Amino acid sequence: MKDFKSRLFSSESRLSDLITAHPSLLSLLTRLGISLGFGDRSIADVCEASGVDTSFFLLICNVYTFNNYVPSTATILGTDMTGLVPYLEKSHKYYVEKRLPHIERHLDSIAQELNGPIGKVFISFFNQYKQEVEAHFLHEELDVFPHIRALMAGERDKTYGINEFLQTHSDIEGKLDDLLNIVFKYLPPQVDDDNVLDVVYDILRLSEDLKKHTFIEEKIMVPLVHHLEKAILS
Amino acid sequence: MKQRLLIVEPSEVIVEGLKTILESQSRFKLLEPEVSADHIEERIIATHPDVVLINPTLLNKSVSSLRSEYHVAVVALVYQYVEREVLKGYDGVVEIRDGRTVIIETLAQASPVAEQHNQNNYELTKRETAVLIQLAQGKTNKEVAEALNVSIHTVISHRKNITRKTGIKSVAGLTVYAMLNNLIDESALL
Repeated sequence: MKDFKSRLFSSESRLSDLITAHPSLLSLLTRLGISLGFGDRSIADVCEASGVDTSFFLLICNVYTFNNYVPSTATILGTDMTGLVPYLEKSHKYYVEKRLPHIERHLDSIAQELNGPIGKVFISFFNQYKQEVEAHFLHEELDVFPHIRALMAGERDKTYGINEFLQTHSDIEGKLDDLLNIVFKYLPPQVDDDNVLDVVYDILRLSEDLKKHTFIEEKIMVPLVHHLEKAILS
Repeated sequence: MKQRLLIVEPSEVIVEGLKTILESQSRFKLLEPEVSADHIEERIIATHPDVVLINPTLLNKSVSSLRSEYHVAVVALVYQYVEREVLKGYDGVVEIRDGRTVIIETLAQASPVAEQHNQNNYELTKRETAVLIQLAQGKTNKEVAEALNVSIHTVISHRKNITRKTGIKSVAGLTVYAMLNNLIDESALL
């Protein structure tokens, strides 16, 4: 197996080698439009068969894997970004429909072990967070993504600019870190440890994932849109 | 670990003199001195001194409340007549005519609390707990400041320390924390 640990990925590598080296990338595949069962084919072959642009696929995988990697404007503009908005939308769906309900189920069972009022406050903290995340995503889906789609189609709608997005883009991982601290530091000992461990791993994973998601929006999507906005004005 | 020392004294001559004596001692870390006690609480919260050396005539707050709220030792710096009763409350008395060795010893021995108080102490102080309780009830920084009779800056400094210690930033998260630690109950929630 080639050594993936120390360098960015190339399209000639087997997709399975990439996943073996970085198992956490597995959760990205569906969102990028690639189903499991890809056998021993190379990244380029699998991407082509699934209708995914290989350089876009690699860009996202590299960002998820290498914490210090910030793609240059040249890399961003040299990559086919048609898949970006669909990818972000699928990620939202994945967080809202899969990850958050999963965490919620664990928290519900923890709440049942806490006495009444504390359990209630505990759950309402999470519900409040969930609503904030959903509102945050909804704003992007209703304002930002249509704006990008229009720009990519060569239209400029004057009602929205990406600078507005940057001003209002709030942090959605902070409260998750609060939750993490509460769950593993401050729950009373009567709560079952297995339950706590499960949810701690889930929260950590989601928190990491959301950080990368925010990174992709701020360091890839925003520069791209800036460029498109300028290009269409001139 | 060095003892962090905050001098509160308007006279430049006295401050410079103390600095000269104390800087020769590696056991002290001298913080930027204050000329009055007006912002002393903010300074204590922001710089975590172990010992405050202050002229008793400047202090408008009781020594015991400073000590219990911020875990600091308070040493009196005396160069005029001060009633003996007043000096009783202090953790030590430095007289202006004391020699170098006496001054150093008085400050070094001022506080057993000083030894255990450092950045690794994650227990909330009384004051931090009071702020936490107010915040958990949904009050704003301004409302907390009014309720506890301190400045907004003081409240913000306390919040920073609460977050550093608990790892919890949001008010909603602090509310859960307060309930889990039995600091508030359901009826206190607005």
